Amino acid sequence: MTDTRNPAHLRERHRSEKIFRFAGLGAITLAIAFLGTLLVSITLSGYSAFQQTRIQLDITLPADPESASYQDLVKQALRATFPDVSQRRSKKELYALVSTGAAYEVHQFARANPARAGTELEIWLTASDNVDMLIKGKVLVDDEAAVRRLSDRQISWIEQLTTANRLEKQFNSNFFSNGDSREPEVSGIAAALAGSFFSLIICLILAFPLGVMAAIYLEEFAPKTWLTSLIEVNINNLAAVPSIVFGLLGLAIFLNLFELPRSAPLVGGMVLALMTMPTIIITGRASLKAVPPSIREAALAIGASKVHSVFHHVLPLAMPGVLTGTIIGMARAIGETAPLLMIGMVAFIVDVPKGILDPATALPVQVFLWADSPERAFEERTAATIIILLVFLMAMNLVAVILRRKFETRW
Amino acid sequence: MNSLTISSPEQSGLLHLANLNMDYAKSMGIAPERSTPKIIAADLNRLEVESLNVWYGETQALYDISLNIPQNQVTALIGPSGCGKSTFLRCLNRMNDVIETCRIEGQIWFDDTDINGSQIDVVGLRARIGMVFQKPNPFPKSIYENVAYGPRIHGLASNREDLDRIVMESLEQARLFDEVKDRLNAPGTSLSGGQQQRLCIARAIAVKPEVILMDEPCSALDPIATAGIEALIGDLKDAYTIVMVTHSMQQAARVSQKTAYFHMGQLVETGTTDQVFAEPVDARTRDYITGRIG
Repeated sequence: MTDTRNPAHLRERHRSEKIFRFAGLGAITLAIAFLGTLLVSITLSGYSAFQQTRIQLDITLPADPESASYQDLVKQALRATFPDVSQRRSKKELYALVSTGAAYEVHQFARANPARAGTELEIWLTASDNVDMLIKGKVLVDDEAAVRRLSDRQISWIEQLTTANRLEKQFNSNFFSNGDSREPEVSGIAAALAGSFFSLIICLILAFPLGVMAAIYLEEFAPKTWLTSLIEVNINNLAAVPSIVFGLLGLAIFLNLFELPRSAPLVGGMVLALMTMPTIIITGRASLKAVPPSIREAALAIGASKVHSVFHHVLPLAMPGVLTGTIIGMARAIGETAPLLMIGMVAFIVDVPKGILDPATALPVQVFLWADSPERAFEERTAATIIILLVFLMAMNLVAVILRRKFETRW
Repeated sequence: MNSLTISSPEQSGLLHLANLNMDYAKSMGIAPERSTPKIIAADLNRLEVESLNVWYGETQALYDISLNIPQNQVTALIGPSGCGKSTFLRCLNRMNDVIETCRIEGQIWFDDTDINGSQIDVVGLRARIGMVFQKPNPFPKSIYENVAYGPRIHGLASNREDLDRIVMESLEQARLFDEVKDRLNAPGTSLSGGQQQRLCIARAIAVKPEVILMDEPCSALDPIATAGIEALIGDLKDAYTIVMVTHSMQQAARVSQKTAYFHMGQLVETGTTDQVFAEPVDARTRDYITGRIG
């Protein structure tokens, strides 16, 4: 038996298939390599921010926690630790070992423990960012004094404290509980985290119902006329509009016209909702369209109204897709910076916002702000904030996968 | 078109069904008269179609169709693909409303009202004229929910026991109950094709329609399942009026009492099934039936 087909042609077909496979594999490998590089470099430069150098000092708490000068208490304790420091200049250098936020920390401690008023205690206080950088090895003893920003005297004190076990790296709780600060060692992401959280909640509350309803109406109810196709085209356009334009819109409409508060998560959430809604509408329509028409006919044929057929049968089947689209939209919104800049969420926020009307900032904006700061210690905090942001993104994507699994109906 | 309602099940050929219902009703402690099916006398026209024209956009799909659908009989619509028989069937419960470009002219009389009239409530109409589709399309829910959905939205059951009874009766009428009684909570999609189609029939029956439209109900099934559905249709015609589209002339001959032959959007010939198959008048019908076209 002879095969009359051309064997060369068959070889050619196999070859092109092989090339395609290798190209695909190569593309995926490249993508994973880039992602890996990104994650590794950010983790390496950011993980150290989760620890903070602290110095242990003996401090006698005042009898009345509200009337004492805690600044002086800290200075006293430092002088007591190094009694031979007498010169004014050296004293100043000594005081610079601990953060300016240390006095506040003692105050907070005194308030929280009124029973221990008047007693002498060993308290761990946050060291200054320059000490922190040296301990973490971001600057070295051999560096020039101008680079390491520590004098030889200060370095010898640090060595003495270390050998006395009075200086060590501890978990950096400030990073999670504080708002922004000029001092890197006491700055934290709490204000940004709360701001992002409130904005996302507002965004979800506005964009999800509006987006899903719009998708349902356009896909299931609206007559197919030139008007609806015009709307469809414009929704697709809206999804591609640069996000800063939404920020300008928010500035013009929400702030200037409606006079809503500046820098508030309420307005941030509204702007993000405008941005997210087209994504939700588009993915929502796609997943509604993917529901087989036989299900609609089945419902209609037993006398279900259009609304019943959609809400009882079509929407539940489309739900996995709708939710995935929503979470992808939200994940985009959580990483969005530009529109928030326009509505004033770029402010320097020290107090953690307690509601949607308090001034706030957002995680990506905090990254933007810190990346701009000259202090060395902000570098690791910038990377650490990015890590937190990425953790949130991954958590949201995980939720998307779980929801999709949960709502998926087998046919 | 006066419908005559006979309240006693003994007067109909549905005695076995009614007995099943009664047995069940007794076992559930429900008053027997509530489960009595509505029986309607034969030899009347349940639907009368007058000069029906249908367009999809610019294309005319049906030309001037006039056809009576006799009560408690199976009417088979046959003809080659694209001849308009499915379009005609979908006109009978306004399923063509779903298709936006579809335009309908002519009258379809059902209980002295034109179902194309503006005062007709489509939702109510479809509860009275049910439909079974070519491809079994159970909801991706449990067997029980599939059947219970219709009665629930129409408020046919006042309580849970009532609903259970309707579901059970419908499954029994669709000859499915014995096969699924142990797994009513299993998904409807887990059944075999023939079972799924009977589930769809049970779902249609559950809302107590007067007419059941079937669009090639056996075309996706194997011969054994087909035989089951055909036997079921034979049973159901005693209680319901059935209009059925089929591609199989043997099937039309086996189950229907009246046959209408469609060709290129026109109703070529209509008459009792025996007459159409034994001595077709029109040459096109003869060619189709003998297998020369189609």
